[in-house]
Amino acid sequence: MDADVSRRDFIAAAAALGGALVIALSLPAGARAAARAGAGPELNAWLRIAPDDTITILVDRSEMGQGVYTALPTLIAEELEVRLEVLRIVAAPVGDAYFNPGNDGQITGTSNSVQDAWVKLRTAGAQARTMLIAAAADIWGVDPRQCIAKDGAVTNRDGARLRYGALAARAARLPLPQGVALKPRADFALIGRSLPRTDTPAKVDGRAEFGIDVRLPGMLYGAFAQSPVLGGWPDSVDSAAAARLPGVRLVLPLDRGVLVVADHYWQALAARKALKVRWNPGRNATLDNAAIGALLRNAAAADPGLAARTDGDADGALQGAARTHSAVYELPLLAHATMEPMNCTADVRADGCDLYVGTQVQQLAQAAAAPAAGLPPDLVRVHTTFLGGGFGRRLDVDFIPAAVAGSKAAGRPVQVIWTREDDMTHDTYRPPALELISAGFDAAGRLIAWKLHIVSPSVTARMQPPVTGVDPSVVEAAVNFPYDVPNVSVTYTRQEIGIDVGYMRSVSHAINCFVIESFIDELAALCGKNPYDFRIGMLGHRPRHVRVLETAARLAGWGKAARGRHQGLALMQGYGTCLAQIAEISVDGGSPKVHRIVCVVDCGQMVNPAIVESQIEGGIVFGLTETLWGEITIAHGVVQQTNFDGYRLLRANEMPNIEVQLLASDAPPGGVGEVAVPLVAPAVCNAVFAATGKRLRALPIGAVAL
Amino acid sequence: MVRIEVNGRQFGVDAAPDTPLLWVLRDHLGLPGTKYGCGRALCGACTVHLDEAAVRSCALPLADVAGRRVTTIEGLAGGHRHAVQTAWIELDVPQCGYCQSGQIMSAAALLRRNPDPSDADIDAAMAGNICRCGTYSRIRRAIHRAAALIRAGH
Repeated sequence: MDADVSRRDFIAAAAALGGALVIALSLPAGARAAARAGAGPELNAWLRIAPDDTITILVDRSEMGQGVYTALPTLIAEELEVRLEVLRIVAAPVGDAYFNPGNDGQITGTSNSVQDAWVKLRTAGAQARTMLIAAAADIWGVDPRQCIAKDGAVTNRDGARLRYGALAARAARLPLPQGVALKPRADFALIGRSLPRTDTPAKVDGRAEFGIDVRLPGMLYGAFAQSPVLGGWPDSVDSAAAARLPGVRLVLPLDRGVLVVADHYWQALAARKALKVRWNPGRNATLDNAAIGALLRNAAAADPGLAARTDGDADGALQGAARTHSAVYELPLLAHATMEPMNCTADVRADGCDLYVGTQVQQLAQAAAAPAAGLPPDLVRVHTTFLGGGFGRRLDVDFIPAAVAGSKAAGRPVQVIWTREDDMTHDTYRPPALELISAGFDAAGRLIAWKLHIVSPSVTARMQPPVTGVDPSVVEAAVNFPYDVPNVSVTYTRQEIGIDVGYMRSVSHAINCFVIESFIDELAALCGKNPYDFRIGMLGHRPRHVRVLETAARLAGWGKAARGRHQGLALMQGYGTCLAQIAEISVDGGSPKVHRIVCVVDCGQMVNPAIVESQIEGGIVFGLTETLWGEITIAHGVVQQTNFDGYRLLRANEMPNIEVQLLASDAPPGGVGEVAVPLVAPAVCNAVFAATGKRLRALPIGAVAL
Repeated sequence: MVRIEVNGRQFGVDAAPDTPLLWVLRDHLGLPGTKYGCGRALCGACTVHLDEAAVRSCALPLADVAGRRVTTIEGLAGGHRHAVQTAWIELDVPQCGYCQSGQIMSAAALLRRNPDPSDADIDAAMAGNICRCGTYSRIRRAIHRAAALIRAGH
């Protein structure tokens, strides 16, 4: 199985295909209508079949570990009647066909790759199979209903057999079949099985090509100096000393920094150190955590926020409540900290630009490169490599223009690599949040009012403006608060903090789930109720929630922790998936130690359960890092954490036992890449409360004295 | 010109003696399987073998490896598949995969000196290799599996 999607493979594949055919596949309704109207068919291709039977799948979502290079080809292979391991898998170029309506672009994010592809790619596979059968039937002069497709070939009742490679050219000339029936679930041969990932072999022997591994003839390396103060820029540059150093080809002042290009990366780094740059700090010279905190607190006091959800009259119910409880929660800035630092390789020539980059946003990458190349966007060809982690960081394109400008100036391909320090101190950080939350009980002890006021910057307002009203990516897990409370108010106040914030794995789910599931625990304690019983009692109309919670309690042995161990739980629905987690901790020497996390997941139908499980496990590890250690701090506009010593990530020796249970379901697929992250913090903090009676309303907690 | 041996081949490298081995491998010798993660020996993505031991190549100057034997992920099994790589495939360990060259090199070095490590041995030996995707549970299982494969004569 060759899952190596290097540029060379892509080009080689394209060349090998030569006269081979691109099978036209299903178009969205609008595009089909346009085609019928005479605009000409715009072919929608995920599949190529060469005369030598090489079947190439173009995957239009970026492989960043979540398994799309396995799951999406599985959907096509299921209906195409081919084995997964025979497929050649490459990254799709930029194309309208690859638009992801759930993300409003050719974007890998929001955990929706499988949801988007679920019907689309199975239909694509079924249409292609139907056309291949029709081509064979035509050759044999038989009724297509007498032919079957299996294992890459079509056979008929007389025993005749034609491989797909011999049929593809004829098949591609046939009209696109409409109304092709998809297999019922009972007939699935591939979907729902834990087939081996297609990208694993290349990822265990060093062959897998990440952006940083791209090598082009004559390529130079670039190091990019950026303002230590976030948002600053170079006022003047003295590059004389740097330019004299060995291997240095170019020192290029740009709007946001200074690029040094050299024969080798280490030379570029050495020369960057020799630059004398006078930085203009811009508006953030005095920014620090205290200032950010004050901005959020002042905004919370000044503005009641825009309504994101209103059931009944929460304010009125609170005023009339027999008992109320309020709390304030705070969450810090976080860095994505992908293991592969940001990098981009550009090859600008007069007639076009080739961009080799690990990106989650192919169209935006193209748009970011075009002005720097001085070319129209359609002359920028984006070659997506494997991503050494995405987590939302590679939804941003801030690391792209310098490579393009460098290549254009040098007249050679240039690879710009951010150091770890560059990456950590110039991230687009997960926004901080201040959340004010109140609840009211009636005289009978029923929860009758729930009021949550979220104060935070808006990522969407920066990345996908304009935002009118509430940014939906700030109120996740809050607007679908699952508990039966008659009066609910969720409001949002947007308060920017002067620096760029970005989407990070699970986005505001992680913020709001921590607040909601911690506060529910506070309310249970206030009522003297078991946190499990308290939740179950308010989930009357939500069988999915009840099922995951009951199953988690049973698996974890809720209420039966060993002496010295303490449990906490959390529940959430997001991305079309419903899940519960139970954390088991002890407190050793004043610090929390997490021993076990049980996670029960109902994510609907699964394409590949082993990949789902790995995503849930990985999400829990990501959540543990946020819970215990994750925090970016700022002083004088400068990020204080520069590497993995200051920004600690969970390590192997800190791992709890993680037990994941995936529930069978007939529901359509839900997302799994992000959904496990948010529950870890509330589950662990609720366990800390069970252990110590201390309520932790801010993260991280790893260094908090208990 | 510094002479080093990498994956059984001799190379003369024309680079400043303070150049970290990592960049020599990646930029001069065309071996990009060894990854850059932190530059300060904090994350383990750049792990290679120097003689028999796992070392962080990002913090190892070229001058210090002159005349030494370096093994990278590309040369771990001399063109075959090491038991650790086989186990990694069996358990489908990698997610994004970026840290896995380093994880595999650390695991292989561990098994060479301790053919039957306990969970605690594994955690201690692997604590220097960060995986942001969180594949640690599968890594641990894969190391046990690789140990079994080696015992069975892999």
